[in-house]
Amino acid sequence: MAESRGPAVAEEMELVHPKTFLGKYIWSQDAKVIAIQYGLTATAIGLVALALSILIRLQLGFPGSFSLIDPSSYLQYVTMHGMIMVVYLLTAFLLGAFGNYLIPLMIGARDMAFPFLNMLSYWFYLASVLILVASFFVPGGPTGGGWTLYPPQVISPGTPGVGGGILLMLVSLIVFIAGFTMGGLNYVVTVLQARTRGMTLMRLPLTVWGIFMATVMALLAFPALLVAVLMLLCDMLLGTSFFMPEMLNLGEQAGHEGGSPLLYQHLFWFFGHPEVYIVALPAFGIVSDVLACHARKNIFGYRMMVWALILIGVLSFVVWAHHMFVSGMNPYFGFLFATTTLIIAVPTAIKVYNWVLTLWRGNIRLTVPMLFAIGFLFTFVNGGLSGLFLGNVTVDVPLSDTYFVVGHFHMVMAVAPVLVIYAGLYHWYPKVSGRMFHQGMAKWHFWLTFLGTYVVYFPMHFMGFAGVPRRYYAYGETAFIPDSVITLNMVITLAAIVVAAAQLLFLFNMAWSLRHGKPAGANPWGATTLEWQTPHTPPRHGNFGDELPVVYRWAYDYSVPGAAEDFLPQNQPPEAVRSADDAAAKGPDGGREAP
Amino acid sequence: MIIAWVVILLTLGSVLFYVLSPWHLTPLASHWGAMDSTIHITALVTGAVFVAVNLFLAWVILRYRHRADRRAAFDPENKRLEGWLTLVTSLGIAALLAPGLWVWGSFVSVPEEAHEVEVVGQQWRWSFRLPGEDGELGRVDTRLIDEANPFGLTEDPAGLDDRLVMEPRLLLPLGQPVKMLLRSKDVLHNFQVANFRAKMDLVPGQVSYFWLTPTELGEYEVVCAELCGIAHFAMRARVEVVEPEVFEAWLAELPTQADWLARADPDPAAGQGHYASCAACHGTSGEGNAAIQAPPLAGMEPWYLSRQLELFRRGARGTHPEDSPGQQMRPFALQLTDGVAIADLAAHIASLEPIEVSPAAQGDPRRGARLYRTCANCHGERGEGIPATQGPRLATLPDWYLIRQLEHFREGVRGRHAADPYGNQMVDMAQMLVNRRAVEDVVAHITTLGTAQEE
Repeated sequence: MAESRGPAVAEEMELVHPKTFLGKYIWSQDAKVIAIQYGLTATAIGLVALALSILIRLQLGFPGSFSLIDPSSYLQYVTMHGMIMVVYLLTAFLLGAFGNYLIPLMIGARDMAFPFLNMLSYWFYLASVLILVASFFVPGGPTGGGWTLYPPQVISPGTPGVGGGILLMLVSLIVFIAGFTMGGLNYVVTVLQARTRGMTLMRLPLTVWGIFMATVMALLAFPALLVAVLMLLCDMLLGTSFFMPEMLNLGEQAGHEGGSPLLYQHLFWFFGHPEVYIVALPAFGIVSDVLACHARKNIFGYRMMVWALILIGVLSFVVWAHHMFVSGMNPYFGFLFATTTLIIAVPTAIKVYNWVLTLWRGNIRLTVPMLFAIGFLFTFVNGGLSGLFLGNVTVDVPLSDTYFVVGHFHMVMAVAPVLVIYAGLYHWYPKVSGRMFHQGMAKWHFWLTFLGTYVVYFPMHFMGFAGVPRRYYAYGETAFIPDSVITLNMVITLAAIVVAAAQLLFLFNMAWSLRHGKPAGANPWGATTLEWQTPHTPPRHGNFGDELPVVYRWAYDYSVPGAAEDFLPQNQPPEAVRSADDAAAKGPDGGREAP
Repeated sequence: MIIAWVVILLTLGSVLFYVLSPWHLTPLASHWGAMDSTIHITALVTGAVFVAVNLFLAWVILRYRHRADRRAAFDPENKRLEGWLTLVTSLGIAALLAPGLWVWGSFVSVPEEAHEVEVVGQQWRWSFRLPGEDGELGRVDTRLIDEANPFGLTEDPAGLDDRLVMEPRLLLPLGQPVKMLLRSKDVLHNFQVANFRAKMDLVPGQVSYFWLTPTELGEYEVVCAELCGIAHFAMRARVEVVEPEVFEAWLAELPTQADWLARADPDPAAGQGHYASCAACHGTSGEGNAAIQAPPLAGMEPWYLSRQLELFRRGARGTHPEDSPGQQMRPFALQLTDGVAIADLAAHIASLEPIEVSPAAQGDPRRGARLYRTCANCHGERGEGIPATQGPRLATLPDWYLIRQLEHFREGVRGRHAADPYGNQMVDMAQMLVNRRAVEDVVAHITTLGTAQEE
């Protein structure tokens, strides 16, 4: 369909080739360097959030043992852990790191469409992270209002960090959104305009599709958060009443009138729900490519996978109020939002079927990336199914605000995407570094993470059945909570510590293998996509040497009958595999046709 | 290889865990059994899918693991298979959604005959209001709320016979549908009784609701299920489901808004008479006597003193075997005949000039200041006390008394009694003081508050 497309814009693109160390590695405009900067920054702040999660777990597992953790700091840890993990780690890592590294390489471009803007996007992100970190050091500490930052509580007395803490949190979010908007527009333009010759939309690897859809969604969703944050700032600093009704502050009249706390929740979740898929869709894309490559088999139902991504993206904008079934909004909304929410399960289930069917009749290599991808499948099936409890309004009422919710969202949007991030990191590490990671350490990392997180989160669903409320510093003597829950909490805490330690092993492996890993070669996994076909490994600035690759086929020509090898790179001309063409004629028409 | 067996083990293990787990839904105490049914249907359907998908996954890994002499199949699409899977999934989803929406239909339709109970949330306590004879709750306005008008009732005559429950304890009649009207004075809260299943947020600026019919006699714990600040976890109340006669009797005993408005001002002069027997231990001007462990009383808030005297009288304080000073106090409290005497006495004590405390001998006030961050939310930055949170003034109390009380709270010697909800709260909060040293540190900080203020 797009065969008449002329040479891609990227071919005429002028790149800035700096000579100095600073220009190359710090103020770089090379998407690959920016990707690594994003990755390292996200990892650093992610480690802070990981440490906070251990502090949370220590309090829950061993209440009354740590003087450091009082009710105020507990809420601060919970809040900052959640916000950092969702926005500053997952979003930044999946879009900023994977997006920057992979989009230009996978679509056959020399760089992003706007390299300078790309660089600026990273520096905004770094600034937002630093502002966030600064909130730990202001009097009163960071905000403890929960990562959802619900007013009136988050800016009212009785909450930790109502002064500088919440102010810096809000400012940091504004800077983050500004930076993300620069990066996001860049990704969209690059995918639409800078694809190389022959790279039609229906030949894009699913990784690019996932990141592209997630970026489009983020560009539409983050403005809702921005508006909510700006209004919250006004309520806080100027005494306006967007979200603040007539109310009291610890017994004194607060002086607000007419605002609506529910308005904030609608705005927040209009962003917040798509945000789940902003994290999930890139993960869906990456895991598709990892599964296909390491099973040596084409992705099953490629077109269905693309349409499912698009459908999930669109539907995710009309389900937000399922986070608010017990918020006090008009309960009649429940009918609508339960219905839309359960409908979204259909395209999601199709994706799961197609992943498993990709493995079916494959030739599965149980490499480290494949192990993580399988771990993702198992975890995601679990987390997706528990979503059917919470999305169905009647079932949600008893379970909302309990540990069932904590178990569910950690499975589906914490562990599942993180397992994919690891699958992706191990998969592309040889390309990024030119060396192979240490297999033994990587396998330990997998087993401890996969099994450890299951021990942490699976039992939480049952605490939810028992009605154990979340965001509780301690349970004291609660009539309906049996002592066995305390024992269970202890076990969960120990498992969480093991999982955290395993992440340090991963970091060590990455650093150690940089120097000591075996040279990996250009395409160690035998992958078809363009990033593995670069003349240099790691790819140099400009990615593809003198000439951009021309694409002749889709991204999933694995084990094509008659072909000499069990994979055909996307840029392999058809004359080189003449014999394979007849056999493959039954492939999808959008997929393998020759130019 | 191993991964396939692990997937099988985890799958079957998860099912087994579901069956054998000691953690189940709490015993049902309302008519919302249908909610439990939807949970069970969902568990059944999702459980079946969970097992099917994961066992298939494991089989695929075992069957199609890598062999050098084999090639993967090449099958880009299979429209029939994809069509079938989509259809079956859609049917499964519909089977979950239909009963869910059906039950939701009854959730949003409150029966005509349901009686109303208003739940009022504030940081960090519950109170309740029930309609009087007219069956109608009087109109309220949050802007009218102050210490004299805790519910913010307007001049609406329908409100005069409203029954007020200032304590976090509510009775509900068995078998009668009740519409819970939810209102918050400050931030979001959520009224959760796990055994009732139904719950809803309390949102300032509006009234939300849910309904239920209590079906089991008994006492149930209310917890707050929407983050509302530092004492969120300690915001508790109790609901008792009782026979209708018991409920009616309880209702008739409750003060009405008219009673509340007509209550007489306390008389400090009469209180001075009652104080004669207190003076022996607490001193003629309420200065206290450390030698016999009698704390200074001068300047204590009347609402706090009244509550504590009531607790002593009811046996909710001073009855724990390890609380010997409390046991000594109790007979004196029993000498006070009624609420009027207590109010008069409290008014007299409040009029006495507070004494100044000297800084604590032990403890590190700097470490204590960090701990006190949490305490300040209820007791005030300067330890001045905040009536709205029921947190009494601390700045005029001596170190030895504070240390002993905190130790008692930590050990549950004080505050654990069911009739002492704010004591319960304090027991929960005192858990943050993990050892004797932490207690001394925070007390060291508190004893600097009174003097620093005057500088």
